[in-house]
Amino acid sequence: MTTNMHLWLLPLLPLAGFLWNGTLGRRLPKTLVTSVALLFSGAAFAQVLWIAAQFRSLALPHVESFATPWIAIHGFQVDFSFLLDPLTLIMLLVVTGVGFLIHLYSVGYMAHEEGYWRFFAYLNLFLFFMLTLVLAENFLLLFVGWEGVGLASYLLIGFYYNKDSAADAGKKAFIVNRIGDFGFLLAIFLLVAHFGTLSFTSIFGAIAAHPAMQGGVLTTIALLLVLGATGKSAQIPLYIWLPDAMEGPTPVSALIHAATMVTAGIYMVARTHVLFDRSPLALGVVAIIGAATAIFAATIGIVQTDIKRVLAYSTVSQLGYMFLACGVAAYSSAIFHLVTHAFFKALLFLAAGSVIHALGGEQDLRAMGGLRKKIPVTFWTMTAAVFAICGFFPFAGFFSKDAILFAVFNASVLHSLYLGKLLWGIGLVTAGLTSFYMFRLWYLTFFGSARYNEEHAEHGGHGVHESSWTMLLPLIVLGVLSLVGGWMGWPEALGGHDSFAHFLDPVFGASAAAAPVVMSSASAGMERMLAGLSMLIALLGWLLADILYHRNPKLPERMAQKCSALHALLLHKYWIDELYGAIIVRPLLAISRVVLWRGVDAGIVDGSGVALASGASGFSSIVRRMQSGNIRSYAGWLAMGAALVLIFVFYLAHCI
Amino acid sequence: MIAFPWITVLTSVPIAGALVVLGIGGGVGERNKNLARGLALAFSFLALGLTLFLWHHFNSASGALQFQERYPWIPALGVEYRVGIDGLGLLMLLLTSIVVPIGMLASWQIQERVPLYFSLVLLLQACLFGTFTALNFFHWFIFWELSLIPAFFLIKLWGGPRRTSAATQFLVYTMVGSIALLLAFLAIFLATGKFDFIDLAGLAQNGQLMPAVVRNLGWHRFTPEHVALMIFAGAFLGFAVKVPLVPFHTWLPSAYSEAPTGTTILLTGAMSKMGLYGFLRILLPIFGAEMQQVLTPLLWLAVATIVLSAYAALVQKDLKRIFAYSSINHLGYCLLGIFAVLKFTGGDVALTAEKYAAMNGVLLQMFNHGLTAATLFWFVAMLEKRSGGLRGLNDFGGLRKVMPVFAGLMGIALFSSLGLPGLNGFVGEFLIFKGSFPLATWAAALSVFGLLATAIFILGILQRVFSGALNTTWAAMPDLTTGERLALAPAIGLMFALGLYPQWVLAVVNSTVMQMVQQLKF
Repeated sequence: MTTNMHLWLLPLLPLAGFLWNGTLGRRLPKTLVTSVALLFSGAAFAQVLWIAAQFRSLALPHVESFATPWIAIHGFQVDFSFLLDPLTLIMLLVVTGVGFLIHLYSVGYMAHEEGYWRFFAYLNLFLFFMLTLVLAENFLLLFVGWEGVGLASYLLIGFYYNKDSAADAGKKAFIVNRIGDFGFLLAIFLLVAHFGTLSFTSIFGAIAAHPAMQGGVLTTIALLLVLGATGKSAQIPLYIWLPDAMEGPTPVSALIHAATMVTAGIYMVARTHVLFDRSPLALGVVAIIGAATAIFAATIGIVQTDIKRVLAYSTVSQLGYMFLACGVAAYSSAIFHLVTHAFFKALLFLAAGSVIHALGGEQDLRAMGGLRKKIPVTFWTMTAAVFAICGFFPFAGFFSKDAILFAVFNASVLHSLYLGKLLWGIGLVTAGLTSFYMFRLWYLTFFGSARYNEEHAEHGGHGVHESSWTMLLPLIVLGVLSLVGGWMGWPEALGGHDSFAHFLDPVFGASAAAAPVVMSSASAGMERMLAGLSMLIALLGWLLADILYHRNPKLPERMAQKCSALHALLLHKYWIDELYGAIIVRPLLAISRVVLWRGVDAGIVDGSGVALASGASGFSSIVRRMQSGNIRSYAGWLAMGAALVLIFVFYLAHCI
Repeated sequence: MIAFPWITVLTSVPIAGALVVLGIGGGVGERNKNLARGLALAFSFLALGLTLFLWHHFNSASGALQFQERYPWIPALGVEYRVGIDGLGLLMLLLTSIVVPIGMLASWQIQERVPLYFSLVLLLQACLFGTFTALNFFHWFIFWELSLIPAFFLIKLWGGPRRTSAATQFLVYTMVGSIALLLAFLAIFLATGKFDFIDLAGLAQNGQLMPAVVRNLGWHRFTPEHVALMIFAGAFLGFAVKVPLVPFHTWLPSAYSEAPTGTTILLTGAMSKMGLYGFLRILLPIFGAEMQQVLTPLLWLAVATIVLSAYAALVQKDLKRIFAYSSINHLGYCLLGIFAVLKFTGGDVALTAEKYAAMNGVLLQMFNHGLTAATLFWFVAMLEKRSGGLRGLNDFGGLRKVMPVFAGLMGIALFSSLGLPGLNGFVGEFLIFKGSFPLATWAAALSVFGLLATAIFILGILQRVFSGALNTTWAAMPDLTTGERLALAPAIGLMFALGLYPQWVLAVVNSTVMQMVQQLKF
């Protein structure tokens, strides 16, 4: 017996908000636009809370389908059906909860922007697709959400569409994601060819029923899904769109490009973990990509000077942690980090937005400083987020990062325990780097001398100022969550119950590859030691940042000059964009233009066609006459042709 | 059902319309022009109403031919007047009836020889109706050829600066194809005495057709296989040029870009489907065995069509040329699906289901492409009207600021063309790929590269035309008028409707598709 949760309503609520504001918003007063957007996103959050309250009484997994199918032909059917299980519920809470807070924040942040209505319409549209993505019960509906959030992201990155950089960034994001989508689509084709269906429950059931099914096509499918995930979740080699996506308004960066959409790849891997569990190779690839991305992005983050870009690389790096966790089959740790990261990274972006807002649009860290006293709420909430991301006990990031690193430490990747240890080492170093660049950002923004231009910040005549309550309230809520949000996963080694992981047991518990680490006292001791070690590394990072960016602010510049090659390498992000441009984009365009179009299409094919036509002299004279330009002669030719044909036919008939 | 000759009546409506509109004569007054436009539109709506009536009374559960009419015509030649529609025919009638009014609305600003223009459009519609309903080669071919005349004059008389060569190239290419097609059918007729598609398909399925041809024609110097392949090649050329399939496509970009945009809508929306219709109604049932023999090269041609056209679109600078290449690309997916269905599968049940999927996808894609491509060219026409004929990718910039509704609605059509799920383009392409993938894995996988190029040039259009700093030349460009919005609403609405509920089409064609696939005896 299951109660009806009216899951269909959940995505439709923000969709209604989108339709209302998208069609009428331009002519409506701001307050009405705001109320509609908040009402519908808030209603979605309320429904999720209502679902959560009744969750215990549900028989899992809970599936609700529309009466009519989406696609139905002989032998193949795809339904509009939604799946609710603990994983979905967690995602729903994050998406609607953080989503609502960011809607609220945007009211203040976007207040003076042209296209206010458009912004909220897109934001609601995003929620609609994101909810479809996490509720989908089959691959195709997941793909609808997947592409849809990409569309919303495209629209919001290019929100300031008359800025070329914004339009470029939106296009880049969409196209890079499209490369990932190939993988996803090919995986879908392979899945449906092998299982005859795209429903999660049917496919996973079929795999579970065949314990011998291992590797082979499952590996291919899983690797193709990974390609899709590297696009959406900004992993190597497709991460390049995310830093550019910072062209979008800051609330968008917080919601879409930090807390929710970019985690879709991690969600997808977790959702399809049944496939990955049967393919150690695919898992190994995920782990390696994750670790490599984590450290790679962190090194770039060290030298960036735009506050949002530092956070963007930090997001790429943290998503790498989640990938790493998935790669060692520690799916619940990955989702745990996804949740805590949603809290503290959304907060970091919103706080950065508050800083930018206070300074009248300034994003350069070199032009900030000394803001601690001027915007205290922003300072304190951001501090909580910095402590959380650096993994200081008892902030949220501590618990999730600890869970991941512990799992990696014990894992064997590609059948090798050593590789597991190596990846753990990379994760640990990344933790130190994270702490370093986060405290660098913290010091440069809030400490030292004020380097900003007072006059520039003097917009509206009220100088550097703290933001309005609609902006501060989300900061405070997320600040509290950055502190306590990790406690739900308090590990048993530290006297907790690890409730978060246990809540997800119905989803991941059956996972064969996630060999449950037996909780002996020795491993509990090991976990405590590793946690202590990563805290120590984080402290080191803080100390280093303190020395370089607080005590000796001249030192970094001198160091940059000394190691100018290294500095330039990091500053230019390893020249990856330029590399892709040189080896992929430009050759592709050149081949399209010179070979495919001018050469083959317009040259050879058409040339031979023309040559053929004019080569035969008799034919060419016909062509010439036909081109005489006289309408009557054309009609004559046609009539004559038709008559000849008819005569021919009658002649033939006569012969027979 | 009713013995009333619905199809003949349907075909007569645009013919009557053409005569009436032409009868208005060459007056130059604005009233005269508006009368011609209005009357033509009224006739096209009448045709649309009739088609919707047919749709309403069509029995979707049956894949058989319906609304049949059959009268002896020239018994000595085996010529009958025989018409009828199954799901495929009905779908094409619906598409034509939707595309023609769009083409007319997009031609509203044409000022010269208005009655003649609109009467040619109606004549073209009648030829399309005839082609999509005829079941006897004789009058089918008359309609098929006759359609060239209005199309040729529409390009030739109202086209752009290079219209003459474009129109001639169009005519020569399609005529050469048609002559090959005609010769092939004459050979068959000489051997069998039959012109009836259904009878011929029956002979082909029993394996009697080609032996009869060889026996009766007495081409003893050739082996039966060679004769069969030669005849197939003739028929194939006729349709391959029309679709078009690379390398027979080079008439298309210049014809599409030189034709007045309202005509381009008819060419791409409806006329390009004549070729695919020929593949489905004639080549598959009658020449299935021969196609299967050359399946591998055919698949590669489909892949070449898809990839080459997509990447050619990538480097075009003229909106109409971009959409022209994109059109070739989208129809290439249909060809991929059609060819994949020919794969020998030995009656494997699962693979037969894949064939159903691919074929359903092909039909859906034909309809979707017609709708989306027509709408996109319609937007180009509205843009040309505002810019005084300019339509280069680099002629605009930042238009979204002055015409947000235009940008938004065209954005929807562009994303439909890109294949965004939720809009109409997605489901058809998905089903084609879903079916083709297991049947012709490598061809399908390579074709996916076409999807990437499509995304790149679609986003390129959005960026160059609508984003960036506003090109000050167009600072006063007006947004869509209420009338234009109302006219566009059904087309845009259909894009959403078919994306979310493709059953409207799939339910109509599924039974026909199953029958088509089952008739392929392999």
